[in-house]
Amino acid sequence: MNTMEERKELIRAAAAKMGKLTYGGETQKVDTPRMQLQRQSPKLASLEEAIKGSGLCNGMTISFHHHFRGGDKVINMVVAKLSEMGYRNLHLASSSLIDVHEPLIEHIKNGVITKISTSGLRGELAKAISHGLMEEPVVFRSHGARGSAIASGELHIDVAFIGASSADALGNACGYSRSENAKSICGSLGYALPDAQYADKVVILTDDIVDYPNTPCSISERYVDYVVEVESVGDSSKIASGAIRDTKNPRDILLAEQAAKVIINSGYFNDGFSIQTGSGGASLAAVKFIRESMIERGIKASFALGGITAHMVKMHEEGLIDRLIDVQSFDKVAAESLKDDPKHQEVSSNEYASADEPGSAVHYLDIVILSALEVDTQFNVNVLVGSDGIIRGAIGGHPDTAADSALSIIVCPLLRGRIPCVVDEVTTLITPGSTVDVVVTEYGIAVNPRRPELAVRLAKAGLKVVDIHELAQRAKRVIGDAAPLPFGNKVVGIVMNRDGSVMDVIKNIEE
Amino acid sequence: MFVPGNNPAMMQDAFIYGPDSIMLDLEDSVAMAEKDAARLLVYNALRTVDYGDTEMVVRINPLSTPYGKKDVEAVVKAGVHVVRMPKTETAEEVHEVEREIERVEAELGCVGRTKIMAAIESALGVVNAYAIATASPRMMGIALGAEDYCANLKTQRSPEGMELLLARQTIVVAARAAGIDALDTVYSNLNDMETFRKEVELIKTLGFDGKSIINPRQIQVVNEVFAPTAKAIEKARAIIAAIKEAEARGSGVVSLNGKMVDRPVVIRAQRTIDLAIASGVISKEDVL
Repeated sequence: MNTMEERKELIRAAAAKMGKLTYGGETQKVDTPRMQLQRQSPKLASLEEAIKGSGLCNGMTISFHHHFRGGDKVINMVVAKLSEMGYRNLHLASSSLIDVHEPLIEHIKNGVITKISTSGLRGELAKAISHGLMEEPVVFRSHGARGSAIASGELHIDVAFIGASSADALGNACGYSRSENAKSICGSLGYALPDAQYADKVVILTDDIVDYPNTPCSISERYVDYVVEVESVGDSSKIASGAIRDTKNPRDILLAEQAAKVIINSGYFNDGFSIQTGSGGASLAAVKFIRESMIERGIKASFALGGITAHMVKMHEEGLIDRLIDVQSFDKVAAESLKDDPKHQEVSSNEYASADEPGSAVHYLDIVILSALEVDTQFNVNVLVGSDGIIRGAIGGHPDTAADSALSIIVCPLLRGRIPCVVDEVTTLITPGSTVDVVVTEYGIAVNPRRPELAVRLAKAGLKVVDIHELAQRAKRVIGDAAPLPFGNKVVGIVMNRDGSVMDVIKNIEE
Repeated sequence: MFVPGNNPAMMQDAFIYGPDSIMLDLEDSVAMAEKDAARLLVYNALRTVDYGDTEMVVRINPLSTPYGKKDVEAVVKAGVHVVRMPKTETAEEVHEVEREIERVEAELGCVGRTKIMAAIESALGVVNAYAIATASPRMMGIALGAEDYCANLKTQRSPEGMELLLARQTIVVAARAAGIDALDTVYSNLNDMETFRKEVELIKTLGFDGKSIINPRQIQVVNEVFAPTAKAIEKARAIIAAIKEAEARGSGVVSLNGKMVDRPVVIRAQRTIDLAIASGVISKEDVL
């Protein structure tokens, strides 16, 4: 005989030995149709319920991403609600802040936001902060540094508010939607992934609640505490532009052609190379020249990294680039490709550019093309503060990719109207000159003296290699010496290096 | 390359694209109200911007306007290489400009420095092309201005350019007879590079020395069309080498592969090399 009744004692003994209870004999079963059941998900909440439920208190850190770019409505919506609910003294940690976040000025004035961490600031908010709006300086980190700081706990996030183009009721969320009600598409949610992974509480905001399971997804429900349905997460026309933009600016085309020639003759333009470019006119145009040369020489790239553009997608589809590693989809074509193409991989900012993560993709990057507001004669680069002393940019992945790539190329005009871009000393240090290899201007190409072999190769290829001091002198001859900027004595910004050290401070600018 | 004389950013940047010649415009691209300001800008650009080896031309307003004489004075003082006359119809108009230039140059003590290029933009101008081309030893070239010419002819421009054929050929023949350059009109649709290329190919066949352009994006096409083939360059180099060898021997007779080289062949070879340099196919150092 071997019956349940007979084994009862043995079960009890085994449970006692393991410190467990014995099975009660009944399991509750829910017979609600599952389509109906998922709509009853306890994670579904109003924004106010989610905020209350998250346990957010005054003085805590809230985080956001900027994947909705100029169309973003999430940050303003959430902060307005927090203000309405009476929150004060919050630390706002966003992957970046742009023109559309101007309403934050009021929330800083009324004490809702007293501290900001970000990669960049633009528009009126940037202007106000540059003029000394905040008591506490804004902490600026690159995308890689932000990812590292979140992972290490240095930047601890209490509640992450993550806008998504779609999510199911359990919280599986994406930067795109496969439903008929899709309202927006931003593609990769790479900058929000560390927030989802490491924040104490995660609130997804979406304007498209889709049926479970919203797979494949960017953010898994296991990280998500609340799902809030909102009218709109953003203005889709400002989130992602549809068409491939080809610059017609002849100077951008000239710069692009020169940058492409640098790459082709650098010694790194070999089968299996990897590349990252920006989304600016010159960068996009450079990609076109590089493409032609790849076809001509039968060279293929192993991967393209970072912000992915329609140009990169096209080259991937043509078989010229094997994989796309996407932390931010720059346009609709890139976002759609991320949705549909398994070789187009979304990555978090850590996996993209963290100095601390051994497997982050930048470690395996051959070539990066970057832009600059200013480069100085030590090859230091500023991409954050304008030559009027006002913050007007974002660090982005600039220092991460410059430091970790085998070849970093800065493309910038010598003069932007009356503003010189090659100067004696940058207004703010963002990317150290020790990590910058080549500066391409319309008046010649400067190679960092640390890379003499590169200078030889480029000169041999017939490129106009010049001393960077010569470029600075040339700019001065045209423009003359600029009057010193009226900086005050208050520190309004702190620039963190990607290794966690403090690299520079930004002083307030007087009216 | 045409550059509006009232746009400082463009005037400053024009040089970086490597055109053979930059023409700062004081005439049609500058509104009446801005004539004085543009003249001042052009004067200062010529004096301060480093244009390297680029030939600097300024298109002045006609002397019949209140601006023409002031334009000549300003640009000659600023050291312009070439004064371009708009809407030139007679040799007498060239003489008038020549007198103005001479007057200013005499003040500066640099008589003979400034060259003249005349734009022919009317039926009368075409009829007088040879007289205009030979009106002054300062004449370095004549150019066709097609828009005004077509208006004057009571027609309009077509993609094939049939309406311009006589004017173009007349200008090339007059320029060749006078021993100066013939330059073709602009093509203003920047989005139609195909038709632009066809037009450049046509005017090259007709014998023009170059094409006026309105945007740096057009430079590459002109250079590609005008660039001699590798085979032609090789042949030209061999001929030039043979000339040098003959000179070294002190012989006036040039021979290559046992055949005597005629003078027109020598001239064509030199022209091929010049064009190859101008269109960026070879560098000056390559020839030395």
